[in-house]
Amino acid sequence: MVMTTHEEKMRTVRFRVAATPHIVLNSEICRNQCSVHACVYVCPANLFVPLDDGGILFNYEQCFECGTCYIACNQEGAIDWSYPDGGYGVTFRES
Amino acid sequence: MTAPPAKEQFDVIIVGAGPAGSAAALLSARAGLKVMLLERGEYPGAKNVSGAVFYGSAILNELIPNWWEHAPVERHICRRDIAFMSPTTSVALDFHCVGDGYGTAPYNGFTVLRPKFDRWLAAQAEAAGAFVLTSAVVDDVLRENGRIVGVRVRREQGEIYGNVVIACDGVNSFLAKKAGLQRTFHPHELSLGVKEVVGLDPAIIQDRFRLNDNDGIAFEYLGAITEDVHGGAFLYTNRDSLSLGVIGQISSLVERRKRPYELLERFKAHPAVAPLVRGSKLREYSAHLIPESGWAMKPKLYTDGMLVAGDAAGFCLAAGLYLEGMNYAMQSGLAAAETAIAACARGNFSARTLAAYQKHLKQRHVSTDFRAYRHAPSFVNGPRLQNLYPEMVACGMEQLFRVDGAPKRKILPLAYRMARQFEMKPGQLFRDAYQVARAYLW
Repeated sequence: MVMTTHEEKMRTVRFRVAATPHIVLNSEICRNQCSVHACVYVCPANLFVPLDDGGILFNYEQCFECGTCYIACNQEGAIDWSYPDGGYGVTFRES
Repeated sequence: MTAPPAKEQFDVIIVGAGPAGSAAALLSARAGLKVMLLERGEYPGAKNVSGAVFYGSAILNELIPNWWEHAPVERHICRRDIAFMSPTTSVALDFHCVGDGYGTAPYNGFTVLRPKFDRWLAAQAEAAGAFVLTSAVVDDVLRENGRIVGVRVRREQGEIYGNVVIACDGVNSFLAKKAGLQRTFHPHELSLGVKEVVGLDPAIIQDRFRLNDNDGIAFEYLGAITEDVHGGAFLYTNRDSLSLGVIGQISSLVERRKRPYELLERFKAHPAVAPLVRGSKLREYSAHLIPESGWAMKPKLYTDGMLVAGDAAGFCLAAGLYLEGMNYAMQSGLAAAETAIAACARGNFSARTLAAYQKHLKQRHVSTDFRAYRHAPSFVNGPRLQNLYPEMVACGMEQLFRVDGAPKRKILPLAYRMARQFEMKPGQLFRDAYQVARAYLW
């Protein structure tokens, strides 16, 4: 298994999922002000799902907490980004 | 790991138990200071990712003699291979040194797995007397009369007070921003690294990479490996696994609409890379941001009651020949600790006193190195040096070595032809040659 799908990659990572999301999108901005949707492409965990209405759905459960999305986002206020509560979120074992 | 009673006053509060934070905690605790080391992960290293070659062996050896005999290290790096790639060709510079500190103590660098190495280093700080509190996210600094007097941990009664706060909270440093020391970043200043650790039998690793026992090799790749995304790739040998990954500048990933993990798959499939990873099995996938702009994204390093070190201070040297972060993190952490120790001795924690941090950074060759290579990142991490020239070299060599009955071309006409093929203008070539010279020669 040298070549792996993204799903297979994500299955190797351990997450302790917090009860509340640590990243919240303002989907109004995503829908009405952004046509780039950079987050959809750059997120290494592929957590940003484009919706039919032009908005974006974010799944926080498998987030690497890397920060790429808020750096890539060109819309002020679209991504409210913080870290999950202590001990929650991604827990790397080998990297 | 026990939490001390609330409302205690610490000499030093260190936020983030990576190499910067743990080194700072170790030195401060040894100096007899009361140290609190805070880590948001379940354990130190749980959130940390890098290549990872640790080039700070000699630095750590000063703190912990023969540290590699006790620490979870993988292999010492005595071979380095820098490869220029086209889609079908690779041209490599292969450096191999078994003596003189490369293959012998104190060794030049080690591959490490960060969750294991960082955890060990934090344990050394704890053994020296530092309090280590894990699962503790720091959301803000505490201020009194304008100066920073502690931090706020996200929990009930999470206020922790200390004379000096050292922010070692990584590339996204919220603390440096909350303290007003750091600006917001641009997508061209940071790169995203995606990485896999893949398991492989140690005997196969040694045979395949021509390594003795605990020797290791670090491959770095430039050119067509990241397609048209500005970046590069790496492959490092661990004891019974390989660490491999692709690095891409964020602005360029956005522009080209490339998914980083798809670049990673294409890297593994490259004809020069595929035989190296054959038969391996994925153990863990990971991703992390890299503050590649170094000097250009350095925050203000100190204020009343606070210092910034490690990735939080942009101390990551991504300058083509050098890809170093952990060593500078450690050096800056030690410099911050030295500053804090002196400030505690004087009982003065003002910005004026903490300005001595600059002197300590200089003595530990951090600021001097970053200043010396300040022109490298913006240029080296650009499209021509990372992608175009390496691919030109690979294609040029392919034609130079080709024997197909056609007349042989000498190097200058060949170079001219390559320049035309890749639509290079002579003026551009000279300007770039000057940039390379300015970045590396003087």
